Amino acid sequence: MTRKQKRLGLVGGVLVLAIAAVGLTLSALRTSITYFYTPSELIALADAPTRAIRLGGLVADGSVAYGETASNQSAMVSFVVTDGGASTTVRYEGILPDLFREGQGVVVQGSLDDSGALMADTVLAKHDENYMPKEVADALKEQGRWKDGESDY
Amino acid sequence: MVFFNDLANPVHFDRYTRWLFPAALGLAVLTGGAGLYFALFGSPADYQQGDSVRIMYVHVPAAWMAMACYSSMAIASVVGFIWKHPLADVAAKQTAPIGAGFTALALITGALWGKPMWGAWWVWDARLTSVLILFFLYLGYIALWRAIPDKARAARLAAILAIVGFVNVPIIKFSVDWWNSLHQPASIIRADGPSIDAAMLTPLFLMIAGYMSAYVAMLLASMKNELAARRLARLLSAGEEQMAGLVER
Repeated sequence: MTRKQKRLGLVGGVLVLAIAAVGLTLSALRTSITYFYTPSELIALADAPTRAIRLGGLVADGSVAYGETASNQSAMVSFVVTDGGASTTVRYEGILPDLFREGQGVVVQGSLDDSGALMADTVLAKHDENYMPKEVADALKEQGRWKDGESDY
Repeated sequence: MVFFNDLANPVHFDRYTRWLFPAALGLAVLTGGAGLYFALFGSPADYQQGDSVRIMYVHVPAAWMAMACYSSMAIASVVGFIWKHPLADVAAKQTAPIGAGFTALALITGALWGKPMWGAWWVWDARLTSVLILFFLYLGYIALWRAIPDKARAARLAAILAIVGFVNVPIIKFSVDWWNSLHQPASIIRADGPSIDAAMLTPLFLMIAGYMSAYVAMLLASMKNELAARRLARLLSAGEEQMAGLVER
């Protein structure tokens, strides 16, 4: 073997080892790396998580309700996060991000209460991969082609 | 390959840069200038984000170049490590600070966009975290070069770091597909075509062309400086040896 071939083998070997090491690490850390669970994934978990979790999905249409709590605080908001399959009720007290609206993707952070609802302490709006001017969005809505082929959550 | 072998000769490299540098610089000014005009004035606001969408025209090309620079650095490192191409080491070394700059720009503009849109400057999702690791890889690579005075040894060790660190590049690219992340998935390289309106693609592609040519221009200028600095160091040490010889006599 020439010195060049030796160096080529060394680089190849190092790269294969690095890929294997990182691949194994990432697959072991799979559940930790994921930024949020979807409502379906939450149900699929063997036991309900006791620590704080993040939940992501779309705000279900017509589910946003304000101030519907025992103490009747006006800043309280409740809404349903859905991924099309399962859905989870979320209660939150605080200021919502500008992009928050029904049908919009959100990621909420908090812990589950006994009834299975999520008491959120943070609500983040998730922006999807679509960019278009307002006129185009309006035209699509008019033609009834809005959210065609929307990527699933 | 003949072209690259030809480039190994510094005199030939000088000859190419003499026209390639001004060409790349001119292209960067033209496309970048036009891109900025379209990004700030000649393109529509987004239906949801409003004018904040204009941050994308600075952010997306910076993020692309952050990964492209790292890939070039890794390829140059492989060529330098295996074939001992003298200019490949210099190209890899000089790419690192430029790539680190693009990465920092992507991180900063991303945070500026994230606060109004997501409601958070920073989140530890897979995309953001892997790009932060990319930034640290660049800094580590630069630090390694500076820590070792012997250039040949520094090139060898830094090349291994760059090659191993390349594992991170596909992780960045696919982080939004492999894991649930707050960062949106790919908008341009998609099976069913870009999900960005054509009026917004114009400034984006112009800016990408501008960033790319700016990278080429900066890289050539900085490689030229590095080669000149090394030549000067060689001359100085040769001069010192001669002086020492005279004093002994």
